[in-house]
Amino acid sequence: MAATATLFDKVWEPHVVATLPDGSVLLHIDRHLTHEMTSARAFENLRAANRSVRNPEITVCVQDHILSTAPGRDDDSYDRGTPFIRALRQNARNYGIRLFDIDDPEQGIVHVMAPELGVALPGLTAVCGDSHTCTIGAVGAVAFGIGTSEVEHVLATQTLVTRKPRRMRVVFDGVMAPGVSPKDLSLYLIARIGTAGGTGHAAEYAGSAIRAMSMEGRMTVCNMSIELGSRIGMVAPDDTTFDYLSGTPYAPKGEMWDRALATWRALPSDEDAVFDKEVRIDVADVAPQISWGNSPQDVIGVGDVIPDPADGADRRKSWERAIDYMGLQPGTPIEGLPIDKAFIGSCTNSRLADLRAAARILDGRKVADGVRALVVPGSASVKRAAEAEGLDTVFRRAGFDWREPGCSMCAGMNDDHVAPGERCIATTNRNFEGRQGPGSRTHLASPAMVAAAAVEGRIADVRKLMG
Amino acid sequence: MERFTTLVGIAAPLMDANIDTDAIIPVEQMKAMDADFGKSLFHGQRYAADGTERADFVLNRAPYRKAEILIAGPNFGCGSSREHAVWALVGFGIRCVIAPGFSDIFYNNSFKNGLLPIHLPDETVAGLAAQAAAQDAESPTAFVVDLVECTVAGPDGQATRFEIDPARREALLEGLDEIGMTLKHESDIRAFQAADAEARPWVYGNAFRLDA
Repeated sequence: MAATATLFDKVWEPHVVATLPDGSVLLHIDRHLTHEMTSARAFENLRAANRSVRNPEITVCVQDHILSTAPGRDDDSYDRGTPFIRALRQNARNYGIRLFDIDDPEQGIVHVMAPELGVALPGLTAVCGDSHTCTIGAVGAVAFGIGTSEVEHVLATQTLVTRKPRRMRVVFDGVMAPGVSPKDLSLYLIARIGTAGGTGHAAEYAGSAIRAMSMEGRMTVCNMSIELGSRIGMVAPDDTTFDYLSGTPYAPKGEMWDRALATWRALPSDEDAVFDKEVRIDVADVAPQISWGNSPQDVIGVGDVIPDPADGADRRKSWERAIDYMGLQPGTPIEGLPIDKAFIGSCTNSRLADLRAAARILDGRKVADGVRALVVPGSASVKRAAEAEGLDTVFRRAGFDWREPGCSMCAGMNDDHVAPGERCIATTNRNFEGRQGPGSRTHLASPAMVAAAAVEGRIADVRKLMG
Repeated sequence: MERFTTLVGIAAPLMDANIDTDAIIPVEQMKAMDADFGKSLFHGQRYAADGTERADFVLNRAPYRKAEILIAGPNFGCGSSREHAVWALVGFGIRCVIAPGFSDIFYNNSFKNGLLPIHLPDETVAGLAAQAAAQDAESPTAFVVDLVECTVAGPDGQATRFEIDPARREALLEGLDEIGMTLKHESDIRAFQAADAEARPWVYGNAFRLDA
């Protein structure tokens, strides 16, 4: 390893099992997270090729994507998910893999439950057949999404054939203004560098705003890495990380914890480490953000107007199409646009801090008439913790549905849909055409902004609802 | 994996930027385990709400209904990691996508399924797209993609070279089984894990073992 190394180098390099003749590497995978939606064919092919799961003890199976979030749910509550749920259960049983089943007290969206249980740890490599695996890089791991063929490859070999990406650092310095959250920082970043701004790079988030941020906020920021094209997002582990992981069910304990901790403290990028690309953002410049179009780079401040495609240069065509699809008028304020649905959830923003931020806005208020509002905690643990401090009551009293954990309306994976032409403000990560259901119109925002819009019945500036 | 050596076929232009994998195949069409995903390729753009084909979508028009090559805008395949996007393209009959940039995950997924992603500069892709768009519905001229020589030529016959990892090229040319190749490193993997378990025992342990 170079005399000066980045956090990413320090995690990546020790995992190289072999360097292949063309310069690609065989990378060891320390944690393989599988879920019901993208693993089914991988297990099937594995079986057809007469191969086995090489390391079931460092593999987990999680039911999260294609399952109902209705209270009292079972295998059949969303019938199109039933075969996937049963297949994962059978595969876990056949190969001796720990399954976090739909009724498991530790079940949750894989990227939410893995860090909160200590399944993901600093210095580890982790993969999952889901692009938002970058989320768990927030603990100082190299974690990335893979396709189903690669899931099969990891099941069979506990390694991946891959190439080392370049290194990028995003420095968020300063103090966030009231009403601004980690989600706003990510949306602001993507609007500036575009959805391919990080392609081919592993992103490290640094700066005073990141150091001051909770683990939950760091996970939100890392989660959005893939929306700027970076498969990997990371934050250097520090005391915030160690406090978060200490005592979690699958983190090392006692003397083993101390030993691990000593190695984790050496992971942060060296002072003079060199990055291939660097972006600096003064977070004091960031207002609450909201997306208007069909790409996560189509983002403006809540006080801004819908852009005019004439100003879009090479984005003109996509802006015209997005304005048409989203039913907007160029030059009109985004604030005040009526909404039909409000969704709080997803691997981006479904953790306790997110629910608290939304509940602070909702406390003593009501969801506007005609708006359907849904909150889906990211995991069973988040749900229990939220209920213990009465957040479920705040949400219910305001008129939100309080649901069971899962991916839900983020991706139209189950029956939580946005109908054609309906406008939904969501704490999710993608506003693609049809993402939340055919014809759905999605606006990405922070949990507090979604709560504010739910109350007002239209896109609103959360700062005006803060007392 | 199916081999890829040369491909002589119709190319369809779809020059939008940032074509995401939700657009390539919406999640609704992924909910049957063994579906023919090719039928669902670009479902939202290809079909009207009543399931009939939209006549204005390129893959619903001659000669592009029989396209084996897709020419697209930058950042193709961004978004979700779903390999279904590649399965849908291959299921339709597309064996090659030419674009000025791909998302990393889509790019990887392509090679696993015998789909060749060709990365070329903006102007080159625009030139090829213009040739593809100008094809006659009844008597189109084919494009030629040659992975042996690493060239692509439009109907004008001008061959353009493209870059590709040698190992990925070889795997496509030979139709190699990557897992089988990795398993030849079994002793390396075993040695790595044995040493690593000494250095970082907390990684292995038996945290998730059912019999723990």
